[in-house]
Amino acid sequence: MAAYVLRRLFFSVFVLWGAVTIIFVVLRLVPGDPAYIMLGPDADQAQVAALRAQLGLDHSLIQQYATYLSNVVRLDFGQSFRLNADSMSLVLQRVPATVQLASTALLVSLLIGLPLGVVAALRANTWIDRGISVFSLLGQSTPSFWLGIVMILLFARGLQVLPSSGSGSWAHLVLPTITLALPFLAILVRLTRSGLLEVVHEGYVQTARAKGLLESTVILSHALRNALIPIVTVVGLQFGALLGGTVIVETVFAWPGVGRLLIDSIGRRDYGVVQASILLVATIFVGINLLVDLIYGFLDPRVRLAGD
Amino acid sequence: MTSTDLDLTTTAVPRPATSTRGRAGSARIRFGLAVIIVYVVAAAIGPWLVRFDPVATRTQDRLKPPGSRLSDGSLAILGTDQVGQDLLAQMLQGARISIAVGLATLLLAGTIGVTVGLAAGYFGGWLDSVLMRLADIQLAFPSILLAIFIAALLGPSVVNVVIVLAVSNWVTFARVTRGQALTTRRREFVDASRTLGAGTWRLIRRCVLPACIAPVLVVATVEIGHVILAEASLSFLGLGTPASTPSWGVTIANGRNYLADAWWISTVPGIALAFLVVSLGVLGDALRDRYDPRLRSL
Amino acid sequence: MTSEPLLSVRDLRVEFSTSAGVVTAVDGASFDVRRGETVALLGESGSGKSVTAQAMLGIIPKPAGRVTGGSIEYDGRDLLALPATATRELRGREIAMVFQDPLSSLNPVFRVGAQIGEMFRKHRGASRKEARAEALELMRRVGIPAAEKRLDDYPHQFSGGMRQRVMIAMALALSPRLLIADEPTTALDVTVQAQIMDLLARLQDEEGMSLVLITHDLGVVADVADRVVLMYAGRVVEAGPIREVYEHSAHPYTAGLMGSLPAIDGPRERLTPIQGAPPDLLDLPSGCSFRPRCAFASERCADEEPVLLGAPGRPAPHSSACHHAGKVLTDAP
Repeated sequence: MAAYVLRRLFFSVFVLWGAVTIIFVVLRLVPGDPAYIMLGPDADQAQVAALRAQLGLDHSLIQQYATYLSNVVRLDFGQSFRLNADSMSLVLQRVPATVQLASTALLVSLLIGLPLGVVAALRANTWIDRGISVFSLLGQSTPSFWLGIVMILLFARGLQVLPSSGSGSWAHLVLPTITLALPFLAILVRLTRSGLLEVVHEGYVQTARAKGLLESTVILSHALRNALIPIVTVVGLQFGALLGGTVIVETVFAWPGVGRLLIDSIGRRDYGVVQASILLVATIFVGINLLVDLIYGFLDPRVRLAGD
Repeated sequence: MTSTDLDLTTTAVPRPATSTRGRAGSARIRFGLAVIIVYVVAAAIGPWLVRFDPVATRTQDRLKPPGSRLSDGSLAILGTDQVGQDLLAQMLQGARISIAVGLATLLLAGTIGVTVGLAAGYFGGWLDSVLMRLADIQLAFPSILLAIFIAALLGPSVVNVVIVLAVSNWVTFARVTRGQALTTRRREFVDASRTLGAGTWRLIRRCVLPACIAPVLVVATVEIGHVILAEASLSFLGLGTPASTPSWGVTIANGRNYLADAWWISTVPGIALAFLVVSLGVLGDALRDRYDPRLRSL
Repeated sequence: MTSEPLLSVRDLRVEFSTSAGVVTAVDGASFDVRRGETVALLGESGSGKSVTAQAMLGIIPKPAGRVTGGSIEYDGRDLLALPATATRELRGREIAMVFQDPLSSLNPVFRVGAQIGEMFRKHRGASRKEARAEALELMRRVGIPAAEKRLDDYPHQFSGGMRQRVMIAMALALSPRLLIADEPTTALDVTVQAQIMDLLARLQDEEGMSLVLITHDLGVVADVADRVVLMYAGRVVEAGPIREVYEHSAHPYTAGLMGSLPAIDGPRERLTPIQGAPPDLLDLPSGCSFRPRCAFASERCADEEPVLLGAPGRPAPHSSACHHAGKVLTDAP
């Protein structure tokens, strides 16, 4: 297990290094002076010169990259000229709101998606299964920014039962959570259904039945535990889409999280904050995937014991 | 005592039918195709039938609900927007943009992905390792964030959207092509051609590439829905097509400011978008089930 | 051995719906299993022997497969007429099963001790500790070395033979009165096969249970079975005491199998395999299913489906489903 954890940890660091490098490369690939692009057309000469010096643009690319890496490691993304504060601390202030939204959405998706997927698999090819499949297809295909707007129209303006934007109370959390959770939930339903259908014909499920176990034990203990193994990996990867979705949902519902800060900062051409936000979300995502890998190892003893 | 195996030849063992395949999928394929053809036709000829002028402003026709008569006597079936533009005309124009961006993105992402996949799968070795680690890194990074970052730097334009989305979608193509190239490379007929002196380029073009076409097309159908949704999301955030090019995302974003007076501006394009993506999803799933069930985890 | 049957299968019919059409996997099979005896259910893959076993346990994969006729009487009760909860309680407790491939039949994510112990926990309400002790005892009994160490191992850490021992331990947990073993040695090395067969025979002797041995392998059956039931294309074609059937085959299919079995005493010129391909269940010939591969086939075989009757001139428990049984008996070497 130790070897496995170490391997996954190494990969996570590797991915983060890749993300940092991609940002560096993209910033240098875009035509024009990076300092000028980052500051925007209305920056004065002194500001541009200061940023050029900070980024080390007068040095070679390799030196620039080294400077950049050392800045990233120290979580130094420079000052936000517009908000007059340290970029990273600005982003960190917004993290709790995003984490609250994303984790509620994740919880809701799991609590609804897994049971729906199990029911669809157990009732495969009946009208219940078809109904759930249609729901799941709609959930995956509905643009979340549009769904958010429609829900504001229905519940905030029409029925006037829930607030349309802002944060503070549990009521504020309802609409953003549903909007963010739906696509993820839909994918979860599909994965659970197909994963379970794949294992119900396995020998060990037949064995479990031959042992005279209750059908609920056969499915929920023997079959689902195995079906979850591949699901967990895809769920981890899809969690990235959920995190990306927070950018849209936070914009629609004026939720004060990292995503909205990111979009606002792009509008203000505040690239220090943009980089800090993106790297922070990427770090959360990589962290979640590391966790998912550990859960994977826990679920599948063949993986856990492979290195030992 | 020596045992005797009675399984002399392959028998028609009754296999429990877990799903109804084959014929049953054709209804879904027909449905998906029909809807998509309607969209494509509407996008192709619609803007000629219902003229859309991006700079026209008719203040007297602002925010008219669906079914209103306009000042020039024409009927606005889907109503008008905040500057008096006919919503139907705008949506037909939007369909053109969404479909064009989707196709162009797939073409670019497909070209990059297939090239990388072929190189990795056919040549293997260190090239394969490097390219696939690169793909792993990109997969481990939320693609919409990458798109937002690049789009933010490049600024909103149709070409930039295509580039951004292609960069964040090539990995799936690369993985599928690589898998296919790996299996094909080891097949006898490829060995036979090699023995007969066929060059690398010829082998790839004549033997490996044709084997990749079917799975790549299936992936393309599954992906195009995602791409169209991503384009709309970027445009909604102001990072996709510019405001002068009214893609569905732009129209929906514009309507947000008029939710109290004109619900139709945001809702109607969303329905059109969702229905197109649903149909593409149905078609993609049906094609995948029929031609390549191995791709199910996509 | 008493003569009263423990299990009595009568006119069993099982159908499967496949994408290519409905297949009758078991077509009117009848046979008995008496208390304490070993019955071999012999046939090619697709002959319906495994499906018959699944029907006996009530674990036919649904909704593709279903029992469409007949009865399976166990200890005086028709299993097919019992409510699902009642048959479930019989499974594992009264009737247990060992499957062909022990690797896929054991759950890869649970420790073997827990999988064996589950029988005691779920059926007897035993505590975790009690179940563990019982599992350990069983693992010792089926001959797993260092059982207390291996209790917490996972199936993939065992060898094929050891895995099958675990399966057998699990099946024997609640001392069932009937054990069905579906090709228990097919997936194993030749050297291990004999060990597992010996283990099964020994345990059967100790427990006094009935054993149904499903196999395609004539060699496996010869030493251990009391009686043999041969199946072909979903039907029982010949049944009787094993020596009797081996030495006086009254069905061309059995006779053909004997012909393709190398003799133990002295070399024979050449093995004569059964001609033709195994039957396509979707496209069975009229009358006798074995007709296309049969040297004795006549017009009657195409028109009239043969029924299982006493083999002419042979002692009572020997029966055959062939119009030309008499001729087969006299022609055989």
